[in-house]
Amino acid sequence: MRASTEGGWVAPALREEFPGLALRHLTVEATFGRSPRDVRDRLAQLSNRFSGPQAINLRQQAIPWAYRVFFRHIGLDPDEQPTPVEALALERMKHGGFPSRSRLDDALTIAVIESGVALRAFDADCLAGTPGIRATDPGEGLEGRPGELPAGTLVLADPERPVGLLFGATAEGRGVHRRTRRAVVCAIQVNGVPDIAAEEAVWLVAEVLRGVD
Amino acid sequence: MPESVIQRRPVSPAPFRAGDVRVATGREVRAELRRQIASLEARLGRLFVSAFPREGIEWRVGALGGPRMLDVEELERVRDALAFRLREAEAELARRGAVEEANRGLLEEIITAPEQHPWIRVSNEDIGEPGCRHWHSRPRWGLLGMILGWWRVKLSSGCPLAWGRGGGAASRPNQSSCRARLAE
Repeated sequence: MRASTEGGWVAPALREEFPGLALRHLTVEATFGRSPRDVRDRLAQLSNRFSGPQAINLRQQAIPWAYRVFFRHIGLDPDEQPTPVEALALERMKHGGFPSRSRLDDALTIAVIESGVALRAFDADCLAGTPGIRATDPGEGLEGRPGELPAGTLVLADPERPVGLLFGATAEGRGVHRRTRRAVVCAIQVNGVPDIAAEEAVWLVAEVLRGVD
Repeated sequence: MPESVIQRRPVSPAPFRAGDVRVATGREVRAELRRQIASLEARLGRLFVSAFPREGIEWRVGALGGPRMLDVEELERVRDALAFRLREAEAELARRGAVEEANRGLLEEIITAPEQHPWIRVSNEDIGEPGCRHWHSRPRWGLLGMILGWWRVKLSSGCPLAWGRGGGAASRPNQSSCRARLAE
C-alpha cells in the first residue's frame, strides 16, 4: 500500500499571487549507498528511452512547460537556469546517459524524468517541522552561503529557517548526506501541474527506495 | 444583403458613467501579465521545436534575479523581452527558411542537370533537415568524365556509424566538410 503524501504550507501572499503553487512531501527511509542492480538497470533503460527528440520536445509538454512559465514568473530564465527536468535532460545529452550516483539521487532522477515534476530532498532529522514555501524577510540568509538573501527571495523553509532556495541551492547541513536515515522528499507543484502528477512523483521516489517496481 | 441596401444609422456612443470603469488592482494586472508571459512562452516553445535542428538562434531572455515575486514593471519587462525574442526568432527562421527553400530549388536543378552545377554540394543542413546526408555533383570516372561531361549526383550514405572503441577524434566526422554554404 502506498503511503500518502502530505501537503506542505505556502505563505498566504504567495498562495494568492501564484494559484497552484503547492508542496507535497513524504518522509522516506533513506538509503544513501550505491544503487542496486535493478535501479541501475532502470536508469539505463530510461537513458535509452530518453534521447534527443524527447529532450527537444520537453518544452511542448504540459508539465515541463508549466515549470518554464513559473520560472519566468519568478524572474528566472529557464534557458540560463534550466528547470529540474531540463537540467537532467541536458545532463543526459552531455554524458550519453543518466549516471548512477546513489540510491536516493537515482530515485530522484527516475521520478523527475518520468513525471516532469520538480523534486527536492532534505534530511528529515534536520528539519524543524513541516516544510513549506515562503518569501524571505529582511536579514534572513541561507546557511552555508555568505551574506543575506535579498528580502522577498522565494525559499523552501521549515517553521524556523529557510532550508533551500526554491529551485536552487540547499542550505548547508539540511540536504541529504551519507548519515541521513530519513529523507523528506518534496514535490514543488506549480500552476499547471496536476495533483496526481506531484503525488506520483513522490511515490516513485519512495517505491524506488523500497525496491518496488 | 448588398451593401447599398444596408441602412446606415448613426451610432450614438453610450453615455459615460463613472461606475462603468473599474481600475484593475495590482494583483489583476500581474495575473494578466503572467497570462501573457505563459502564452508567449508557449509560442516560443513551439518555435524552438520547429527550429530544430537549426543552430545559432538566440533563445535566452535573461533573468531578473529571482526567485522572487516580480512587480508589474518587472513582469512587463519579462513579457516585452519574450515578445522581442519571439519576433527575432521568427524573423531569423523566416530568413533561413527562404535560404533553405532556394537551396531545395537548387538541389532539384542539380539532380535534374548535374553537369550544369559542377562540384556543388548540398547538405541536409542547407535545406533545414537533420542528419549529415549530402548531394554532390561529381564527374563519373574522374578526369575522363569531367572532360567528356559525364556528370552525376552522388548521394552520401548519411551520418557515420557510432565510433568503435579505437575511434578517437581523428575518426570522427568532419562537420565542416558536410556544410556547403550555398547561400553565401
